[in-house]
Amino acid sequence: MNPTPAAGIRVTARIVFPGFTLSVTLHLPGQGVVALFGHSGSGKSTLLRVVAGLERAPHGFVQVNGTVWQDEARGLFLPTHQRSIGYVFQDAALFPHLDVWNNLLFGVKRVVNNPARPALEQVIEMLGIAPLLKRKPATLSGGERQRVAIARALAVTPELLLMDEPLAALDVARKREILPYLERLHRELAIPVLYVTHSPEEVARLADHLVVLEAGQVLASGPLQETLARIDVPIRLGEESGVVIDAIIGARDQEWHLARADFTGGMLWIRDPGVTIGQAVRVSVLARDVSLAAEPQSKSSILNLLPGEVSAMIEDTHPANVLVRVVVGPTPFLARITRRSVAALDLTVRKSVWVQVKSAALMESA
Amino acid sequence: MIQAADWVAIGLTLKLATVTTVILLLVGTPLAWWLARTHSRWRALIRAIVALPIVLPPTVLGFYLLVALGPHGWIGAWTTRMGWGVLPFTFTGLVVASTLYSLPFVVQPLQNAFEAVPDQLLEAAATLRASPLDTFFSIALPLARPGYLTATVLGFAHTIGEFGVVLMIGGNIPGVTRVVSVQIYDHVEALELEHAHALSGGMLIFSLLILLLLFSFQPNGRRS
Repeated sequence: MNPTPAAGIRVTARIVFPGFTLSVTLHLPGQGVVALFGHSGSGKSTLLRVVAGLERAPHGFVQVNGTVWQDEARGLFLPTHQRSIGYVFQDAALFPHLDVWNNLLFGVKRVVNNPARPALEQVIEMLGIAPLLKRKPATLSGGERQRVAIARALAVTPELLLMDEPLAALDVARKREILPYLERLHRELAIPVLYVTHSPEEVARLADHLVVLEAGQVLASGPLQETLARIDVPIRLGEESGVVIDAIIGARDQEWHLARADFTGGMLWIRDPGVTIGQAVRVSVLARDVSLAAEPQSKSSILNLLPGEVSAMIEDTHPANVLVRVVVGPTPFLARITRRSVAALDLTVRKSVWVQVKSAALMESA
Repeated sequence: MIQAADWVAIGLTLKLATVTTVILLLVGTPLAWWLARTHSRWRALIRAIVALPIVLPPTVLGFYLLVALGPHGWIGAWTTRMGWGVLPFTFTGLVVASTLYSLPFVVQPLQNAFEAVPDQLLEAAATLRASPLDTFFSIALPLARPGYLTATVLGFAHTIGEFGVVLMIGGNIPGVTRVVSVQIYDHVEALELEHAHALSGGMLIFSLLILLLLFSFQPNGRRS
C-alpha cells in the first residue's frame, strides 16, 4: 500500500492520564478516509489531538506523507499552527465575533503560501454555504455551522484533514443533511482524512481504512472490508457484527422493485431505492442475516444464494453461537450461526458452503 | 460654590485616574491572560497578591509603599540612583500607588473575561495557522471586550475614589497630589461644609453615572 517508507501517516504516541493511558503505534495509508472508531474513552479523540499537535505525547512521533511533525527523539515538535492540517471540531468552534465569510478567511489569510482563491470558492460550492456568507454563527443551524466548519478547515488547502466526531452533536435529521456532503468529500478530496467516530453508520458509509481503539490501545487497523470481516477481534459496529461490500449496480428489476449489486465474486439482490445502473454503492450485510447451508435450497424465501468457502470460525459472545467467516470469491462475509448448526453441517475451515443472505441494505449512493 | 482650588483638585483627580487606568490595562492584560490560562503552581499565590488591595486597609499598603519608595527603601534607593529622585509626595508616586491599589479591579474582570473564552476557539485558531500571539489579538481580545469595559470603568472609578493610599504616599500638595477626596477632607476639617457638600455631591453623582453606564452596557452577562 505504501511504496516508500515515507508515504502514509505514521503515529507513535504514549500519553498517561489519570486512569487512562493512550499507547498506539499506527501506520496509516496516505490517502482516503481513515476511521478512528471506538467508544468514548477509547482514546480516539486524544490520538487525533496528538496528530494535530494540540496534545503533546512525551515520546511521540508523527509523520505525514514524508513530513515529520513530531520526533521527540530529535527534540522536534511542530506547534499546531505550523502543521498543514484542517481540523473540524465536534461542535464546529466557529468564531462568534466573525461572520461566515471572515471565519472562512481566517485561515486563508494566514497560510504562508497563500493558495489561489479558487480553493475557497470551490469549498464554498462543495459545501453549499454560499447563501450563508454574511451570517453570524449564532444565526446558523447546527448542520449549517458544521458545514461552515468543514469548509473553513478545507479552505487552507491542508495536507491532512482531521475530523473529530463532526456529526456527533447533530440530531438525526441534521446528520442526514451533512452525510451527503461528507460522501462528496470522500470522492473528491485528494488528501487523507482522519475521521474520529463512534457511529457504525458513518464508518460503513465513509471509511476506507478502519482503526478500532479500545482503552487507549489499537485493537485492529486495516482496510475496511478486511478489518470488519476479521473474527479474531470482536469488532462490532454497534450491536451487530457485519461486513460492508463495495458494489456496482448491474441491473434493476422494476417489477419487483429490486436492484442487483455486483461485487467481486458475486452479486446481491437488494431493495431498489431508486438507483441507476452503473452506480457505485456500498452494501451492508449483518452477520445475523447470513445463514449457511450444505446444499443449495431451491424452495426458500431467501433471495440471495452465493457459493462460498469457510475461511475462519470463532466463538461468539454467547456460548450458543459461532461467528463464521466465509469468502465468496475474494469478498468476505460474516455469518452468525449456532454451534449446533456447525456440528450438523460439519463445518470446517476450507469447506465449501452455500451462503444465504436474508437481508442486505444499501448504505451509500455514490 | 466650587472654588478654583476645587477645580484644580478635580483636574488632578481625572488626570491621575486616566493615567492609572491606561497603565492598569497595559499591565493587567498580560497578567490576567496568564492567570486565566496557566497551570503554574504559582497561580494561587499571584492571584492572592493581586487581590490583596481589596482586603488590606489602604493605610497599610500606603505605609509599605512609603517605606519602599522612600530614600532608604530598596525602590527609592534605585530611583535615586537612576536620577529620578524619590517618588513619595510626587504625582508619579501617586500613579504607582494607585496602580497597585486598583490592580484587582482591572485584573479580575479581565481574567473572568479571558476564562470565558472557550479553549476550543483558541485551538481552532491554532489549527487555522494563527500563532499564540496572533490568536490572542484576533480571538481572545475581541471576545473579552465586555471584560475590558468593566475593567476600565472599575479601575477608573476606584482610582478616583481612593483616599488612604493617596494621603500616605501623596500627602496634600495642591496641584500635585491633592485630589478630590483629599480636598473634601480639607474642607471638612476647615468646617467649609458647603464646599464639602458640593464636591461630595459631585462625586456621588459621578460614581452613580459611571456604574449606571457599566450596568446598562452589560444587560445580562456575556454575549453568545
